[in-house]
Amino acid sequence: MSSAATRTAQSPAEKPAPTETPSPTEAQAPESQAAAAQTGETQAAAVPAGPADLRAAVDYADYRLVPARRPWRWVGTVLVALGVAAVAWSLATNPRWEWGVVAQWFTAKSVVNGLVETLKLTAISGVLGFILGFILALMRLSASPLLVSVSWTFSWIFRSTPLLVQMLLWYNLGYLYEKISLGIPFTDIRFFEAQTTTLISQFAAAVLGLTLNQAAYSAEIIRGGILSVDQGQLEAAAALGIPAWRRSTRIVLPQAMRAILPTAFNEIIGLVKGTSIVYVLAYSELFYTVQVIYNRTQQVLPLLLVATLWYVVITSVLSVFQYYIERHYSKGAVRTLPLTPLQKARKFFATHAPASTTGPANTAGRK
Amino acid sequence: MSTTLEAPASTRGLVEITKVRKSFGTTEVLKGISLTVEPGGVAVIVGPSGSGKSTLLRTINHLEKVDAGFIAIDGQLVGYRVKGNKLHELPERDILKQRTEIGMVFQNFNLFPHLTALENVTEAPVVAPRPEKARLSQAEARERGLELLGRVGLRERAGAYPRQLSGGQQQRVAIARALALDPKILLFDEPTSALDPELVNEVLDVIRELAKSGTTLIIVTHEMGFARDVADTVVFMDQGQIVEQGKPQDIFTNPQEERTRSFFSKVIEPAFNI
Repeated sequence: MSSAATRTAQSPAEKPAPTETPSPTEAQAPESQAAAAQTGETQAAAVPAGPADLRAAVDYADYRLVPARRPWRWVGTVLVALGVAAVAWSLATNPRWEWGVVAQWFTAKSVVNGLVETLKLTAISGVLGFILGFILALMRLSASPLLVSVSWTFSWIFRSTPLLVQMLLWYNLGYLYEKISLGIPFTDIRFFEAQTTTLISQFAAAVLGLTLNQAAYSAEIIRGGILSVDQGQLEAAAALGIPAWRRSTRIVLPQAMRAILPTAFNEIIGLVKGTSIVYVLAYSELFYTVQVIYNRTQQVLPLLLVATLWYVVITSVLSVFQYYIERHYSKGAVRTLPLTPLQKARKFFATHAPASTTGPANTAGRK
Repeated sequence: MSTTLEAPASTRGLVEITKVRKSFGTTEVLKGISLTVEPGGVAVIVGPSGSGKSTLLRTINHLEKVDAGFIAIDGQLVGYRVKGNKLHELPERDILKQRTEIGMVFQNFNLFPHLTALENVTEAPVVAPRPEKARLSQAEARERGLELLGRVGLRERAGAYPRQLSGGQQQRVAIARALALDPKILLFDEPTSALDPELVNEVLDVIRELAKSGTTLIIVTHEMGFARDVADTVVFMDQGQIVEQGKPQDIFTNPQEERTRSFFSKVIEPAFNI
C-alpha cells in the first residue's frame, strides 16, 4: 500500500516531543501538500485524468521514518530469554553442581599446572603441526611425483589411524626399536645413539603424536587455501619477474589465509581439547589432572566442570584472536571492513547517547 | 606525458617470433607462427576466439613454453641460452630477469587484491631481479609508483584497494604496474574485454599515449577502431596461423584473403565509420 500510511508527518518548524502524532489519512496527505505536488514529478503529471489521491507527488523529505513493527520478533525474543533464564536458574540453584567445589578447584595449583601443560602441548604441536603441514602442502602441490606421493601417503596414514593408537604407538616405540641412532645409512657410522625409552618421554610421545596428526590435517587445509587463489595471480606475479618464494609468501599465502583461517582455528580449538587424549599416557595436563583429583575426592562433576570452564576460556580467547586475524587478512577482499564489536559498541553509545538526539533514526531507535 | 626510457627507441624492443608451434594436448594452437615487430612498433593482433592470439602473446614472455621455434628479443632468445649447438633452458631466475623487460597487461587485470594500487605498482621493482639494474628501494619505488599512477590519472587513488576501483581504473593500475619495470615491450591481452563499454576508452587512451612513447606494444584486442588508430601493423590470425598482416589502412580496407574479409565483415559494423 501507499507508504504515506505508515509514516507520521513532522513539520520541521515546530518540533514537538516525540509523542504519537496521528498519521494523516491518505486523502489528507496530497491535499495538504498540494504545493509540493506541483514541483517536478513529470511522471505524475503525464498520467491523464487519474484520481488525485493515487498520485504520489508529495515531497516526503520532511516526514519522519517509523520502522515497521515486528511483533513476532518480540515473541521469539521473550521465549528464548525465558529458556536462557531457566537454564541459568537451574545452573545457579541446583546444589548438585557444587559451584563451591568448582570455585575451590578452579585456581588450585595442580589444576593451573595442568592448564599450563595443556597450553604448552597445544602451542608446540599446533605450531609444529602447521609448519609441517605447510611443507606437506607445498610437497603435494609440487611437480615432483615423489614428493606428491610422500605427502599424500603421510596424510593418508595419519588421517586413517586413531589418534589414541598413534599416541600409544609412539609411547611404546621402545618396544619396536630399542635404540634410536643418527648416522649414515647402510654403514656403521653413528653420530648419535640413545635408548628409545629415555628419548621418548610422555611429553615427547604426546607432542609427536599430536604434531604428526595435526600436520596431516593442516596440510590439507593449507593446500585447499592455496588452491583457492586464482591462477591469474601467480601468472601476473610471474610475468612481473617476482621470485618464486616471494610469490608464495607475498601474493599467494596472504590471499590463501582467508580460506585457511576459519578451518585452521577449528583445528586449533579441536587441538586444545584434543590434548586431553594424552591422559592415556598419564601425562598431567588439565584433563588428566582433574581425573586424578576426582578419583581421590569423588567430586566428579564439579571437577569436570572445572576442566570444561578452562577449555571454554581458552576457546573464547582463541575466538577473539581468530576474529581479528581474519579481519586483518580480509583487507582488500571487502570494499569496507565491517566494524569490530568494540567499534560497534562505541557507535551504539555515540548514537544512542541521550545528549545527541538528532536525526529521525535516533528517535525511532530510542522507543 | 613524458617518457622515461633510457635507450634510444631504435635499439630497444625488437621482437622476432620464428616458426613457433604450441600444442595443448592434441590440439595444436600455434602452427608455425613467424612475426617480427620492430622496436617501438605497435602490432595489433586480431582474429576470432580460439585462433591462438593470447597463447602467442603468452609465449613472448615465456608464460607458455613453445614446443618448437623460438622467440628473440633484441636478438636474445627468450627462455633459452645457446651453447654450442644446443639450447639450454634458462633457470627460473634468468627467466624472471627476462620477464622484467616485458610488461604484460591481462584481460582480467590480475591485480593483487590484498595490496593497494600503489603496493601493486611498487612490488616488482623492489623484489624482481633485473638485468643491469639494481632493485629499487621502497622509497624509490614509491616515488616511481606515484609518478606512474599519476601518468594513468590515478595518483589520488594510490591507497585504494583494487576492489574499491572501477574496472577501467583497475586496468589503468595494471598498466602502471607493468610500466614500473621500464619494459622494452608491453603485451596487452584483450585489455578492454572485461570492461563496461563506457570504461573502455579511458584504458585505450592510456595505451594510445604509450604507443607514442617508443615502447614496443603487442596488443590482442577486439576493438577494431582502436586497432586502426594505433597500430603500425595489424596481424590477422585464424586457427593458429597468421593469415594476413599489413598496415591498418590496407588490411582493413583491402584485405587480400577471403578469411580476413569475412572476419572483418562480421566484426566491423558498417554503420560505425571506423
